[in-house]
Amino acid sequence: MNQFIQQLINGLSLGSIYALIALGYTMVYGVLRFINFAHGDVFMVGAYVGFYAGRWMNDRFHAGPSIPLAVAVLAISMIVCAILGIVIERLAYAPLRNQPRLTVLITAIGVSLFLEYGGQQLFGAGPDNFPQLLPNYAVLNTAAFTITTNQLIVLSVTVALLIALTFVVLKTKIGTAMRALSFNPTAASLMGINNNVVISFTFGLGSALAAAAGILWAVNYPSINPLMGLLPGVKAFVAAVLGGIGNIPGAALGGLILGVTETLVVGYSDKLHIPPSYRDAVAFVVLIVILLFKPSGLLGKSGSEKV
Amino acid sequence: MIKSNNSARPDRLILTFVSAAACVALTLAGCNKTESTSSSSSDTIKIGEYACLTGQTASFGTASHNGAVLVIDDVNANGGVLGKKIKLITEDDQSKPGEAATAVRKLISRDKVSALIGEIASSRSLEAGPIAQQNKIPMVSPGSTNPNVTRIGDYIFRVCFIDEFQGAVMAKFCLNSLHKTRVAILKDVRQDYSVGFAEYFKLPFTKGGGTIVVEQSYSSGDQDFKAQLTSIRAANPDAIFVPGYYNEVGLIARQARELGINVPLLGGDGWDSPTLAQIGGAAMNGNFFSNHFSVDDQTPVVQDFVKKFRARFSKDPDAMAALGFDAAKVLLDAITRAGGTDPAKLRDALASTKNFEGVTGAITINEQRNATKAAKVLTIKDGQFHFFEAVSP
Amino acid sequence: MKFASGKLYLLIAAVISFAISCWVPMDQYVREIILTIGINIILAVSLNLVNGYTGQFSLGHAGFMAIGAYFSAAITTFWAPQWLGASVDLSSGLAATLVFFGALLAGALLAAVAGLVIGIPSLRLRGDYLAIATLGFGEIIRVIIQNTDAIGGSRGFTVSNGYTNFFWTYLFAAITIYVVVNLVNSAYGRGFLAVRDDEVAAEAIGVNTTKYKVIAFVLAAFFAGIAGGLYSHFKQYLHPDGFSFLKSIEVVVMVILGGMGSTGGVIAAAVFLSLLPEALRFIPQKYEEWFGIPLPHLIDEILKNRMLIYSLLLIILMLTRPQGIFGGLRRPAFLTSKKTSAPNAIPS
Repeated sequence: MNQFIQQLINGLSLGSIYALIALGYTMVYGVLRFINFAHGDVFMVGAYVGFYAGRWMNDRFHAGPSIPLAVAVLAISMIVCAILGIVIERLAYAPLRNQPRLTVLITAIGVSLFLEYGGQQLFGAGPDNFPQLLPNYAVLNTAAFTITTNQLIVLSVTVALLIALTFVVLKTKIGTAMRALSFNPTAASLMGINNNVVISFTFGLGSALAAAAGILWAVNYPSINPLMGLLPGVKAFVAAVLGGIGNIPGAALGGLILGVTETLVVGYSDKLHIPPSYRDAVAFVVLIVILLFKPSGLLGKSGSEKV
Repeated sequence: MIKSNNSARPDRLILTFVSAAACVALTLAGCNKTESTSSSSSDTIKIGEYACLTGQTASFGTASHNGAVLVIDDVNANGGVLGKKIKLITEDDQSKPGEAATAVRKLISRDKVSALIGEIASSRSLEAGPIAQQNKIPMVSPGSTNPNVTRIGDYIFRVCFIDEFQGAVMAKFCLNSLHKTRVAILKDVRQDYSVGFAEYFKLPFTKGGGTIVVEQSYSSGDQDFKAQLTSIRAANPDAIFVPGYYNEVGLIARQARELGINVPLLGGDGWDSPTLAQIGGAAMNGNFFSNHFSVDDQTPVVQDFVKKFRARFSKDPDAMAALGFDAAKVLLDAITRAGGTDPAKLRDALASTKNFEGVTGAITINEQRNATKAAKVLTIKDGQFHFFEAVSP
Repeated sequence: MKFASGKLYLLIAAVISFAISCWVPMDQYVREIILTIGINIILAVSLNLVNGYTGQFSLGHAGFMAIGAYFSAAITTFWAPQWLGASVDLSSGLAATLVFFGALLAGALLAAVAGLVIGIPSLRLRGDYLAIATLGFGEIIRVIIQNTDAIGGSRGFTVSNGYTNFFWTYLFAAITIYVVVNLVNSAYGRGFLAVRDDEVAAEAIGVNTTKYKVIAFVLAAFFAGIAGGLYSHFKQYLHPDGFSFLKSIEVVVMVILGGMGSTGGVIAAAVFLSLLPEALRFIPQKYEEWFGIPLPHLIDEILKNRMLIYSLLLIILMLTRPQGIFGGLRRPAFLTSKKTSAPNAIPS
């Protein structure tokens, strides 16, 4: 029982990062109906930008772990990644807008591999130690379970971004434009919406979310490497599908469920007779089961998918 | 739509295809004869190296490669071996199974290398080793610890420990020096090194009276280990044996401390990297691992190596770099003693390597073509590795 | 369709490849490349049936290959010596040939069963969802192998006999091409193209789209299993990481480069992409020989990072010629009055 509470906390904190990555995934999918396979790698770039920015600021201002440092690093990384996202969209995806969705998916896989192996070239293949941005200590430490500040920060940032994103999508002008575009791009452009601007904005926002997730991930797991985006990216996608892709609260819910499921499978592997290293398979099994029995996801709108 | 006009003729297609394949085969088969005579010059000795310079395990491969390059450049700057320059021809296998075999065949049949420096990863040594053996090209592996690697044949050598040795060392250290009898294991199932090391730790440890309270695992690339660690915490061990690589170990240590697990972590040479202490930070304090060398070892060989490595690559060498360095050094030493690159003589010279003063200790090649050297157990304090004690199993 | 003449050519193909494997001396590196090409052809042509002709999108081909590779290797390495006893020489000779052939078929059949198991549920999925689900299946297979100690797990599996030679590889390559091309060109096989071109319309006119999709999956898996069996008795060492999602991507790139739905193009692409990395090995060396100075460090580094080149190739290809480089080559314009205009991509 002791173990169970701790495992639940572990699962929730892991799940909230999945959720954060999934938010970006699901938003891009919601608007453009395509899987941005490179999302996980923008996440990696975000972590690296944070790494260099944090190190530079540490050298320059001798800023110890503090809130201004963390916010500054987060902001820099989100801006850089937003630009990167827009550039990727302009160069690689925009010319394919009228092509079949699979063509875009293949291109996205290409972009993903390019960022990964370009990253190995640029940043080096070995792991780098992410600088400490915030002091980390146990907030609550009982015999049964421990909660650290990092875990709370991840959870609160995820919730904050979730609310902010929902606000942007539902209450702002650009959000309305995004929804209009996702509903019917042609009609949207006829109504005076500049589709290019909206799509760029969507990508920029999605990539900024990925960067935020990258920074939070690196704060929690301070070892970063150019291939780090691969698995979290795939899992966040699973989370997005689980929650109903295109649905923002769904992504958050999916992330949490996936995080908890994975953690429990690993934590109780001996009782379940599943080797803990089946963890990565768990995500895929969840994905396949969801796709087969409820393709619209937990919170997604049901109705037959338009081919 | 006029899309169904794919009236390809299977007959023609197959015929064209097979005759094309035949032509290619014949041309290539013909051209290799001309190739073979042109590429043998006598003023250089060619050494082949296949390493994982890109892909999943690139950090290890690059380190080992850097070590080897350091030796070769150094030797060439000082007049080479037997008056000949050494040419190191490196092929990247992208950390991908299947590629190592191709790379080695290329090195042997195109470049006509006289000897090979092998892979860090045992899996790729097991793949390419048989080819070296078949062609009777001596191969020295810097870091393949799976016992099966040198069992491939009498042309395969290594300069590192084998899993069995290191496992026994740590088991003994844990029982006799730390007096810990209840140990949890957390191994990396994606790395053959980790799986083997864990297995060879378990045997002598349980035989010596210890118990494995729980065994958990992860796959390299994972970054969250709290689930495993929580279940380990529930089993209440005296120590945790983590036979993985530094990429993950730093994070494991950090997360263990976050969960309030304060027992020491134990590991092996896979831990050795300056990055480990950076990632793990204070969480690495008081942990132990077996290793071949330590940067603050004051022997001139090690200090010289560390100095040169820092100058050239502007970072501290890790175990892989040291092993790459030693593999190249042992090989060149054998070439000198053999008086040339005649495969059989070179093989014998390698086999008779005795007390060779490498940076990873005094290397003696035993009958199984494995290196025997004393293991050093290091402990970590404030980001520095310190020598703790020497253990022989 | 002249099936009979197709068979005749298949026979000729068999004879030629047998002759080559017997009498043409091959240097080991060349042999390695040629066999790799053959195996890649089998993989690409079979995947083309799913991704190209049927218009589905599978990213799990490496998983089927892994099943064929491991199962056939387990038969020849563990079970055959056990069943046949020590008296039978399994290193060469008739018994060895039969065992190898049987193992190949068994591996391929198991892969086909997996294809069936994966194919049926996958029918509910379309387009990018199917791609991700098959990717998931492939990875699940890899994780299972990695955790199975009996076949080596992450320590790898050393296969005892290297049966694969030019004859076997190219015989099966020819058979794969024969089956795939004949199938899609038969009246029966038009169903595959119908599923690709317009699934709803196909269904409306009475094409059993489900059946065609399953057949495509199962056949593709079968041949991927054959390729796996050939691979395992060629490299004689298997490691689960060799069958990861990157391997599937490699095959997908071949299919795309060749122009989805063009067997000739896909073969050309398989040959090209198998030779490319080997050619890249020689560029720095040759450059130094010809110009007397080493290749600039950065270019050298980039050339060594072959996945970087692959990914760039993939992106540029998709942007400029989504129908593939070799897509239109098989049917030059002057031979046909119809324009080969439609890109062979999948309508969404």
